[in-house]
Amino acid sequence: MKSLWSVAVSSLLPLCAAAQTVPAPVPQEEVFSASQIGQALSAPTPNAGKTAPSAANAPPDDGQWTMQAKNFASTRYSSLAELTQDNVKSMQPILTFSLGVNKGQEAAPIVAGSTMYITTAYPNFVYALDLSRPGAPLKWKFAPKPLPASQGVACCDVVNRGGSYSNGKFIFTTLDGQVIALDADSGKPVWRTRLANINAGETITMAPLIAKGKVYVGDSGGELGVRGWLIALDENSGKLLWKAYNTGPDSEVLIGSDFQPPYPSDKGKDLGVSSWPAQAWKIGGGSVWGWPNYDADLNSIYYGTGNPGPWNADQRPGDNKWTTGIFARDPDSGSAHWFYQFTPHDEHDYDGVNEQILLDMPFGGKMHKVLVHPDRNGYVYVIDRSDGTVLSADPYGPVNSSKGVDLKTGRLIINPDKQTKLGEEIHNICPTASGAKDWNPSSFSPDTGLMYIPHENICMDWLNMEVNYITGTPYVGANVHMKPGPGGHRGEVTAWDPVRRKPVWVVKENFPVWSGTAATAGNLVFYGTMDGWFKALNAKTGDLLWRYKVDSGIIGAPMTYKGPDGHQYVAVLSGVGGWSGAVVSGPVDPRDGSAALGMVNVMSDLPKYTTAGGTLYVFALPH
Amino acid sequence: MCSRFPISLALLLVLAGCHKAGSDIVADKGVANAGGVIDTALTPGVGRSLTTLDPRAEKYYDNGEAVMTGKRLFGQYNCSGCHSNGGGGMGPSLMDDEWIYGGRLEQIHQTLVEGRPNGMPAWGGKVPDEQLWQIATYVRSMSLPATLAAQNGPTPSQSPAPVPRAADEDTGWQPPPGTTNDYTTTVKGPQQ
Repeated sequence: MKSLWSVAVSSLLPLCAAAQTVPAPVPQEEVFSASQIGQALSAPTPNAGKTAPSAANAPPDDGQWTMQAKNFASTRYSSLAELTQDNVKSMQPILTFSLGVNKGQEAAPIVAGSTMYITTAYPNFVYALDLSRPGAPLKWKFAPKPLPASQGVACCDVVNRGGSYSNGKFIFTTLDGQVIALDADSGKPVWRTRLANINAGETITMAPLIAKGKVYVGDSGGELGVRGWLIALDENSGKLLWKAYNTGPDSEVLIGSDFQPPYPSDKGKDLGVSSWPAQAWKIGGGSVWGWPNYDADLNSIYYGTGNPGPWNADQRPGDNKWTTGIFARDPDSGSAHWFYQFTPHDEHDYDGVNEQILLDMPFGGKMHKVLVHPDRNGYVYVIDRSDGTVLSADPYGPVNSSKGVDLKTGRLIINPDKQTKLGEEIHNICPTASGAKDWNPSSFSPDTGLMYIPHENICMDWLNMEVNYITGTPYVGANVHMKPGPGGHRGEVTAWDPVRRKPVWVVKENFPVWSGTAATAGNLVFYGTMDGWFKALNAKTGDLLWRYKVDSGIIGAPMTYKGPDGHQYVAVLSGVGGWSGAVVSGPVDPRDGSAALGMVNVMSDLPKYTTAGGTLYVFALPH
Repeated sequence: MCSRFPISLALLLVLAGCHKAGSDIVADKGVANAGGVIDTALTPGVGRSLTTLDPRAEKYYDNGEAVMTGKRLFGQYNCSGCHSNGGGGMGPSLMDDEWIYGGRLEQIHQTLVEGRPNGMPAWGGKVPDEQLWQIATYVRSMSLPATLAAQNGPTPSQSPAPVPRAADEDTGWQPPPGTTNDYTTTVKGPQQ
């Protein structure tokens, strides 16, 4: 029987291989150049000041890494400099630790004091490792036991983006919608609050932001017809303080008299209702699963909102407020200060949830308090965070779905050739549904003034289809097939100069770069690849200085810390997965290009390069 | 799991000589209900004696119309939202040869009716039973050699073959004879 099987299988292999070939890349001439579509309110004035986060948002480095983004400015930059461009070639692994979960691992390990805290993908284990003892033995493990059914309403693997340490507690989220605060010493729950309802398609994958005695968390589920929200909990008790929806009437969006959006299209009563067909806002998405910031300078919260639902935009004419945009809110009351919509009436799943880096930056001859946001729609936005005005918007990946941003109205200029249509497949739309960049966060080095953007070079074909809303099931309505962008490589790390509005260097990768980046004062940038290389680059030049092959592809966020022995360490989780890696870690068949929302079409060769895993790696110089 | 599982579990306890308090009573009840000795195995439902086909499934075999109706319903009820065109995503692939809860037509139908713990909703009582059978028929067709051979381009299951009666004479945990759909057996590394 066995031999018969193998004969039969091998005879079919050529057929299978043909069905699993990565499609040809989109030709270069089909996307716009930066000079064609990049826009700015004024020419660069780099001599007007130094670009850096404020001291309040990025305090002096204490060698810990207590929150996912390192600091409120979200620089993911450490001033530790034992590791340098000259000695990093000697860096070695000194410790590994199996996470016991072979799904996509997106979290950065957290280090507070002499303890490292790690959260895993579903079932969302938390491990505390004692860094002060040889081998960093386990202090405790916490298993939150999320509802297994939550796996069935998680759109794109069962990932978790990590926890955060604050005031003796480690706080994290679970896929089935809980926020849990553990006593950091004992691992015992201090409080647990359930926020999401999986029966309505709501899950939680994001890392909580802790600031001003509050925990800020939002819901995932933009592919399941949820109604997106951001919630503030009391850090000590877990009690709900306020909840702001991202669709619906102003009273529930927490839009009041102090709401002052910079552009006219965001002014008016109850736009979260009137910019939708009747009742559609109730299942309209606008989820919050990325990276909120707290801005200590301006006492404000910023966070991006997810895609409108369903993907089929024919079913929701209108601007679909307040999806695919960014809110600034009062951290205490939740009331909205301003809003800007990156992609009104999104037709391509361009969630606005990517990270913001908060910087003081010269623009137009003087210093501005800005946020820099590389959006899924393909543009790096520099926004004055005092009022939401877009100062510049420039493409950092392949773009043809739009023709730039009109800086008078703030509005994205849609390319009609790439608008999606019911029953007609539109080809070679760039960027793809997962964006020029997905969840994985950039870093910023004040030494170089550069932002290190890990991203994708992928485009797609898209066919709109009618879809019915059925509670707790996908609400998508599109058949998507992805393909490589111009050049055929599917990923890039781009060192972006936000002042001069251009890349300084670009490193190409075969697979989309789905890991975060971290930068250090040793002139280093760290990131991982989906085929399992962990790499250190020269931050100024992009030259590869060091690499190490780990057990499974890396989609996690690297971090660095000063150990109890005073030495510098670098840590990252391996474990391929996520939307792009589901073809390896998920129950997905590479013969179906439409599988995993069309991602499989462009990732069908990943099983040749890596297998599922989940391991902590810690590196250091020999000492 | 199919409804016979509790019975076969009780039998397993007996066969393994497990005599914890209460297990004898359960086992006796099970044997009495089954009306005789039944062969069993570690894989639930394996062995002809436990695979009597559900008579309700009968009319969906060799039924091209049922497959095509099922294909339409598979989209309309958002099955495709999780399972794509058979390749999976939020839910598992249905076009390969791995069946977690059994791959016979009646077992698929039962999965649709009852739901499954890792996120498969229960559709019994919400969708007409006739339609659940039709959807199950389409799902059963996805991994048939004829359906796989008909794939043209990156979207499978577009020309689903009717389900032959013979396909389910095995246990439902193995592909039907002649099926050559196991792409995972040999995955070659990248060309150097």
